[in-house]
Amino acid sequence: MSVLDEGGAIAAADVDAAGGVGESPPRPDGRLKVTGEFAFSSDLWADDMVWGATLRSPHPRARLVSVDVGPALAVPGVLAVLTHEDVPGSRRYGLEHVDQPVLAFDEVRYQGEPVAVVAADHPEVAARAASLIRVGYEVLPPLVDPEAAVLPDSARVHADRPNLLRHVPIRKGDPEAAAEVVVSGVYDVGMQDQAFLGPESGLAIPAEDGGVDLYVATQWLHVDQLQVSASLGLPPEKVRFTLAGVGGAFGGREDLSMQIHACLLALRTGRPVKMVYGREESFFGHVHRHPARMWYEHGADKNGRLVYVKARILLDGGAYASSSGAVATNAATLGIGPYNVPNVVMDSKVVYTNNPPCGAMRGFGAVQACFGYESQMDKLAEAVGIGPVEIRVRNAMEEGDRMPTGQVVEGPTPVAELLRLVEGKSPAPAKPDFLPGGTANTTRGEGVVRGVGYGIGIKNVGFSGGLDDFSTARVRLELIGGRPSVLVRTAAAEVGQGLVTVLAQIARTELGVAQVTIAPADTGIGSAGSTSASRQTYMTGGATKAACEAVREKLLARLDGPGLRLVGERVLDAGGEAVASLVELLADGAVEATVEWRHRPTSPLDPETGQGDAHVQYAFAAHRATVDVDVELGLVRVVEIVTAQDVGKAINPKAVEGQIHGGTAQGLGLALLEEIQVRDGLVRNPSFTDYLLPTIMDMPPMRLDVLELAAPHSPYGLRGVGEPPNISSVPAIVAAIRAATGIALTRVPVRPEHLTVERP
Amino acid sequence: MQFLSPATWAEALAVKADLPDATPIAGGTDVMVELNFRRHRPPALLDLTRVPGLASWSLEGGRIRVGAGLPYSRIMDELGGRLPGLAMASRTVGSPQIRNRGTLGGNLGSASPAGDGHPPLLAGGAEVELASVRGVRTVPVAEFFTGPKRSVMAVDELIAAVLVAPAEGPEQFAKVGTRNAMVIAVGSFALALHPSRQAVGTGVGSAGPTPLRAPEAEEFAAAHLPWESRAALDPETARRFGELVSAAASPIDDVRGSAAYRRHALAVLARRTLTWAWSELCG
Amino acid sequence: MRVRCKVNGADRTADDVWEGESLLYMLRERLGLPGSKNACEQGECGSCTVYLDGTPVCSCLVAAGQAAGREVVTVEGLSSGDGLSAVQEAFLQAGAVQCGFCTPGLVVAVHDLLERSPEPSDPQIREALAGNLCRCTGYEKIMEAVRLAARGER
Repeated sequence: MSVLDEGGAIAAADVDAAGGVGESPPRPDGRLKVTGEFAFSSDLWADDMVWGATLRSPHPRARLVSVDVGPALAVPGVLAVLTHEDVPGSRRYGLEHVDQPVLAFDEVRYQGEPVAVVAADHPEVAARAASLIRVGYEVLPPLVDPEAAVLPDSARVHADRPNLLRHVPIRKGDPEAAAEVVVSGVYDVGMQDQAFLGPESGLAIPAEDGGVDLYVATQWLHVDQLQVSASLGLPPEKVRFTLAGVGGAFGGREDLSMQIHACLLALRTGRPVKMVYGREESFFGHVHRHPARMWYEHGADKNGRLVYVKARILLDGGAYASSSGAVATNAATLGIGPYNVPNVVMDSKVVYTNNPPCGAMRGFGAVQACFGYESQMDKLAEAVGIGPVEIRVRNAMEEGDRMPTGQVVEGPTPVAELLRLVEGKSPAPAKPDFLPGGTANTTRGEGVVRGVGYGIGIKNVGFSGGLDDFSTARVRLELIGGRPSVLVRTAAAEVGQGLVTVLAQIARTELGVAQVTIAPADTGIGSAGSTSASRQTYMTGGATKAACEAVREKLLARLDGPGLRLVGERVLDAGGEAVASLVELLADGAVEATVEWRHRPTSPLDPETGQGDAHVQYAFAAHRATVDVDVELGLVRVVEIVTAQDVGKAINPKAVEGQIHGGTAQGLGLALLEEIQVRDGLVRNPSFTDYLLPTIMDMPPMRLDVLELAAPHSPYGLRGVGEPPNISSVPAIVAAIRAATGIALTRVPVRPEHLTVERP
Repeated sequence: MQFLSPATWAEALAVKADLPDATPIAGGTDVMVELNFRRHRPPALLDLTRVPGLASWSLEGGRIRVGAGLPYSRIMDELGGRLPGLAMASRTVGSPQIRNRGTLGGNLGSASPAGDGHPPLLAGGAEVELASVRGVRTVPVAEFFTGPKRSVMAVDELIAAVLVAPAEGPEQFAKVGTRNAMVIAVGSFALALHPSRQAVGTGVGSAGPTPLRAPEAEEFAAAHLPWESRAALDPETARRFGELVSAAASPIDDVRGSAAYRRHALAVLARRTLTWAWSELCG
Repeated sequence: MRVRCKVNGADRTADDVWEGESLLYMLRERLGLPGSKNACEQGECGSCTVYLDGTPVCSCLVAAGQAAGREVVTVEGLSSGDGLSAVQEAFLQAGAVQCGFCTPGLVVAVHDLLERSPEPSDPQIREALAGNLCRCTGYEKIMEAVRLAARGER
């Protein structure tokens, strides 16, 4: 038997390297971040560097008649002005469909679509020059209503393709099933923005081989590289990507923003080109969370046991596809929640419109649906006459139950347990730190009513539907200064979540070596897949673990004895006697292994019935929200949030808590504050003055229960962590407001108007 | 663009006379946003932060002279006792960092209907001191604003100070926004009770083309408050006061809130603040 | 134009400053101090917070020329050599750092809070930090970091 076969168990049990799996060592980048020395993508600088700026369409839909760059070129300090005619390779790019122009040609399809780019010696000069470009637009009426766009005879957003981007049907059981108790509702979710704080930015440096090196904040270096190289007309190996410091992502960096533009300008000018979006431009520079309208009908017996769910979900994909198809698939497959329902009719659709393009954001289709099905569960509880937790527990999925897709939910499935945990916590403090309105002196208690609400959600982890999902890790163990050291190299994007900490922990645990360095992520190694879908600890963590195991095997092969084990920095034989030290073994040179690691294969859904084992793993979280509502002014302050989540194994407990806190905050934002307001295809609030993120005054104290029920198949039994907190927090907060006010809220974010002058 | 940094008030006025399009800048909390977002490219910036005395306050003939460059954080810290309404409003301006820079002069100069400093100045009957090389004049705040982001200021004038009598009775300020901090007012209301003359001052923000008073509400309250008996406030009086404040507003629908909500919220704020102020007066 | 000021204790000069430029841009692009961050450039996020003559301000809202002759302290000036300040240390220990884009501004704001109020209550902390947006942490571990730093400094 090779050592590799029992590797995981040995490593976890025998090795005592401080800062390993299950601990919370400090972030390797933390020191640089607290001192301000950490280099974010907007902090980069090169000798002779110039600045890029983008001219964007003011119209949501217009025919592009002419572009005259002459006045811009005439501005002193301007080095280049480029339009679609200057794109040497593919004029379009995209994640699922290659449908999005690098620079607009023929037609613009959303407000903010890039039309031209400028390079100049100062950002002010570049921006002024861009504003001097004369663009002839023939303004066309935008198609902005998804319900109109989905009709077969609708005008088209793209002449060469239908508006319906994806239709995901799911059919389970009897479509005509009837029930004693029926509740129905229509629910809306507004367009949320990822609002990462570090704006889109990067530095493109032309290389001597005719290629280009791009230092950029992104979520997936390799998929960027493929798209950028195709548009530059260069082989991928000539377009080298290095991850620069990423100031948050949350899905908003899965699509390209300035990558191709900066490279085009660098190649044209022969100078390093830096592009940094301002906040306003950032709102136009990346995709957003899909707005949704959802029609739900739930049928149950008189005890509240679900008999059927019929649902239609319509997502507004905006002008370009981005990852809309996958979002629609998630909304469909996760769209009835973590409940056992014998009969399901689900149709999830996503359409093109002339609204801002929508794509990935934390929760990815599951967030929207959860607001719908959880609102329905509360309605059902009321119709049946039982409590909100009871209705959920009665229908809770358990281990071995089947999703509406027919997929068996494997391993611990603590839906009821999570609900009981948040329910059982002591009540929130009677006297909160602040009343609704904060310090704005709006109430001394007048009109303030308290409410409590619950929500639970389900999220898939990793890429689904038969995609070849893998990550690559290279681990090198060697002596540096006479001490064993590990170098872990991957292309995985650290976006703030703490992956670099986790990879080092895994290496310490697997190899028993304290000194671990995480190399900068770049395209010099194979793909790690995207930092999304709560997948990197699972996937790149898994790849790193596998690479460490391979290193260990190679290392022990140097001794050629049976039953050898690496414990601490010593090799023990089968009898537990030390036969060599790690330092001695490494004297023969470094040991290195590169592993491309995959999770179990998934399969696509049947296009007619939606049946199939599409997902890798499921993750669950529950929330209890306590709110104070000033029912006269419609102002809300969340008093406390209690949440419970099963993470399988907390590789880094502190980082897990951070993910749960942060995801919950983004859910609170969607529930109460955050919406990109679009009217007639025009964004009305592209600023942090009018797109309101939760402040520290808006966030309440949180109490967490983190369960570690080992999941099957995954490294260390972990489950993805990042997205579930963003999902169930939304309905829990809205349910709490409903409990306080008695108002049937059907839309998020809930606005003061909804609680006062526009009560339904 | 020029950057002009006069060392004296006289020099500042001379510059403004020479270059009427120069944009005065003090705390920069409005001007720099316009610059950073590329909305405005003035020919010159006229930095007022080096003009001695502009960032101070003093007592002058029974009134308080608040220098145009006094930041909100100092108004909160130093004038809370004399001008409680203005101090309360200052506390709701932006964030601590903004309050360390933002000034009443800047608020008036921008003349936004949503400016948090305006309602208490209206309620307190303040005057704005405007200066130019031609001389100095004072304008009642109620006459200062002429439209959204417009005022009576001549192109060569700068705001020197605000003159306002110290509070002689309770003052209140309340503001609604969708967030619990750092939010531009969806609606705001300031109230000042003047017991010696049995009068009531009001100021309404974010509910019309300019900050405005609610004269009918003021007259109604002055007439119906039990000044002599100091009896408890009749809830009906408070309710009617709220209605009249709401009726004085002419709000619009915008991205921050609907006109209907603004009217509604103003009525609630006016009712509540009158109730608090009256109970404070009556101990 | 040329701007001379004292930054983190040293006399500094920036040349070719555009008159409409912010102190933030000057610090980041001309003086080699990119620690102060550029998240919103409208005073809404606090990630560019620096001390200007001892007072915390959003450097994106200070015109570069307004800083002439003044004293600026940025996040880079709060640690000395290898030693982190108590606030920086607390942010690390508490796990208050994720992406880190808000961190420099928060470190300056917390530094100022604890100078003025060494034992702040939770409501005081929240009110003092209302101008510093964080998108990653939900603020819980930032609260913890401030409490930790306050305990350490007592």
